[in-house]
Amino acid sequence: MAVPVAFFGLFFGYPVAAIVSRGLREGGRWRFGRFADVLGEPDVLHVLWFTCWQAAASTALTLAIALPGAYVFARFDFRGKQVLRAVVTVPFVLPTVVVGSAFLALLGRGGLLDELWGVRLDTTVWAILLAHVFFNYAVVVRTVGGLWAQLDPRQEEAARVLGAGRLAAWRRVTLPALAPAVAAAALMVFLFTFTSFGVIQILGGPTFSTLEVEIYRETAQLLDLPTAAVLTTVQFAAVAAILAVHAGTVRRRESALRLVDPARTARRPRGAGEWGLLAGVLGVAALLILLPLGVLAERSLHGPDGYGLGYYRALGSVADSGGTFLVAPVAAVWNSLQYAAAATAIALVVGGLAAAALTRRAGRLVRGFDALLMLPLGTSAVTIGFGFLITLDEPPLDLRSSWILVPLAQALVGVPFVVRTMLPVLRAVDDRLREAAAVLGASPLRVWREVDLPLVRRALLVAAGFAFAVSLGEFGATVFIARPDNPTLPVAVARFLGRAGELNHGQAMALSTVLMLVCAGALLALERIRIDRSGEF
Amino acid sequence: MTLLRLDGATVRFGGHTALDAVGMEVAEHETVCVLGPSGSGKSTLLRVVAGLQPLDSGRVLLAGHDQSGVPAHRRGVGLMFQDHQLFPQRDVAGNVDFGLRMRGAARAERERTVEELLELVGLPGAQRRAVASLSGGEQQRVALARALAPGPRLLMLDEPLGQLDRGLRERLVVELRGLFRRLGTTVLAVTHDQSEAFALADRVVVMRDGRVEQAGTPLEVWQRPASEFVARFLGFDNVVAATVTGEAADTAWGKVPVPAGSPQGAGRLLVRPAGVRLVPATDGLRCDVLARTFRGDQVTLLLRPEEGPRLEAGCALRDAPAEGDTVGVSFTADEVVVLGG
Repeated sequence: MAVPVAFFGLFFGYPVAAIVSRGLREGGRWRFGRFADVLGEPDVLHVLWFTCWQAAASTALTLAIALPGAYVFARFDFRGKQVLRAVVTVPFVLPTVVVGSAFLALLGRGGLLDELWGVRLDTTVWAILLAHVFFNYAVVVRTVGGLWAQLDPRQEEAARVLGAGRLAAWRRVTLPALAPAVAAAALMVFLFTFTSFGVIQILGGPTFSTLEVEIYRETAQLLDLPTAAVLTTVQFAAVAAILAVHAGTVRRRESALRLVDPARTARRPRGAGEWGLLAGVLGVAALLILLPLGVLAERSLHGPDGYGLGYYRALGSVADSGGTFLVAPVAAVWNSLQYAAAATAIALVVGGLAAAALTRRAGRLVRGFDALLMLPLGTSAVTIGFGFLITLDEPPLDLRSSWILVPLAQALVGVPFVVRTMLPVLRAVDDRLREAAAVLGASPLRVWREVDLPLVRRALLVAAGFAFAVSLGEFGATVFIARPDNPTLPVAVARFLGRAGELNHGQAMALSTVLMLVCAGALLALERIRIDRSGEF
Repeated sequence: MTLLRLDGATVRFGGHTALDAVGMEVAEHETVCVLGPSGSGKSTLLRVVAGLQPLDSGRVLLAGHDQSGVPAHRRGVGLMFQDHQLFPQRDVAGNVDFGLRMRGAARAERERTVEELLELVGLPGAQRRAVASLSGGEQQRVALARALAPGPRLLMLDEPLGQLDRGLRERLVVELRGLFRRLGTTVLAVTHDQSEAFALADRVVVMRDGRVEQAGTPLEVWQRPASEFVARFLGFDNVVAATVTGEAADTAWGKVPVPAGSPQGAGRLLVRPAGVRLVPATDGLRCDVLARTFRGDQVTLLLRPEEGPRLEAGCALRDAPAEGDTVGVSFTADEVVVLGG
């Protein structure tokens, strides 16, 4: 327990607090009046309003599109289901930057729709909403579908036998059981879209800006720390509120439901209606998920002189790449992998210890800690990145020039994934199994090694994969602290996108494709070692 | 020699007292069965001895040594859990030799012990089988072998046969008793099933609400239940309020003879079904036959007397009256017990 608490205190609480106090204190006094000043500005109000409504709209749209998908994945058996489940999860771990560029390639200037029909959506809010659906489809499918697959269909049958119609049976039996999971998924989607940064940075243009983007602008471009501090605090409070509600719904979800083996509830679709639903869901998945990824890959190969690997080759040297970097962009791949590996190791140690501590203890304090672990997911990554810069630059913790800074920031977003993945599995280990080992003469450490470790090894691998993928894609904090001579993949992509010219754009697409393939590879490897209760978001 | 002794062992969970000043002893090579309904504190008792549950007050002594502060893995006792708790990720041999590995035994010794024990519990050659592929009875045997492998000085069994079906249970009880005799194992078992307890134990201890209600040999407890609770728990329902004077008692069923030397005065009285004799309806207490239950060549009759609570009577199959018949009943003194408490 001590290690995770210290880690979060030092690398999360301290930098965030430092940023906030730097913005809100002047001459040794707190200036809370600034809240009123800042929140009174029409521009800020506009940003707040947009942040809220786009998050609400994205959530509604995601639910509308993904709930049928959740049903299909839960109740139907069809060829390629395993692979498809992995594929729809790929976007969730994809770097936001890649998502942004994929939609740019699809909907933007010179994009696929532009070429075909002259339609451009990158100047409208639709691009953002669609990218958010793309991103969060898997959250709903996995959270709701995971539970749905384990609900005993015989409950619904019992209601039918008792005289309820098909719809009534669903509404009175299945829906109430499902509602907490739907609520939890919706809150998670809301949280992710509320704090959206990379997608909006790339697709929003000058018109659309969320709190997170605004914090970045105020901090990095306008150097207006007080405003950034106020906005950070506002976002922090909002995220904390969302997480508190989420924790409540998750607890309700854990309430006594009779769950069965998912393998027993799925069957082949019957009749035109069910096949139609399956086809519809597959079609939507193809349009929404495969198409942007495919277009991204296609653009990366499509140079001015037809198809070829020109953009990939250009990544190989400093000179060919157009002088955007001090090093060859391909070095960013190697950097990213190293950073992500280090971040994964940190996240596993910290998250593993936290999960172990949460399993052994119960009570209000522990539940609070549980929710606290989720906080980095929703806190402004920009704030964390900038906070790192201003707090970790003096002895005894002078890490500014150290390579470890980037993995530390990335590990912060990795830890919640590790905890979420490990916790259900660790909790499912029967305590009496540990007692059985103890009575047979195993010391506590030995019990952990002999009983816990073998049972959670798979979960540990899955957690590592998730942590690796999100570390690889982390953008908001890394963009601040990665040094110019050591860029990571997402940072390099963003920098290419920020520059004009076909070569830069093409290289951005090429790098994004590389990043996508690495993430997808990690995820597909995970799907092979799938565990029953993974990905509880 | 006394191997296990509990002195005023007390465990509280919040406001609920799971063990209330329990004292008991288990001698070496003895099999003791703790018998009681669920919630009577039996399992807590085992957990206390194993060191999995700390005491709020009192002491646990193993071979005369106070065990307070000795963690579970250093107590050298074996515990077989109610639902076995086999390690799912290991095969049969991996489960059975677990305790030996913890003690750092050499591979050859472990392999030999596993082979011997699997032979002993009737699963020869099952070393490489997956735990999940075993039936309930087989899991039971593996769990027993695992508990025996490190050679514990005291073997504790929590509802050892609880989840098995009836036929298997009756066979295993006999096997277990023979096995413990041969090995000279000291055993402390808990169960809620009285037939299991009486078949297995040298001595039984009946518990109620965390207290010891009665302790003695199976015969003693069976013949002379110490209280109405014990009597009813053993399945005797012919219990009635009585006033004992000399060798007879006044009850709602009329005069009932009692054995010589019974406690005098007001109290409760048990008539075992064997002591309820059927006589012609004109003699004795008139009863209607409400129901019949067949147990082999014995029939248990549920009777409704003219007065007083319902009665159970045992009789031979060929003598059994039909449902709805009216019979007479008389009582025999040697199946009557005046209960204390």
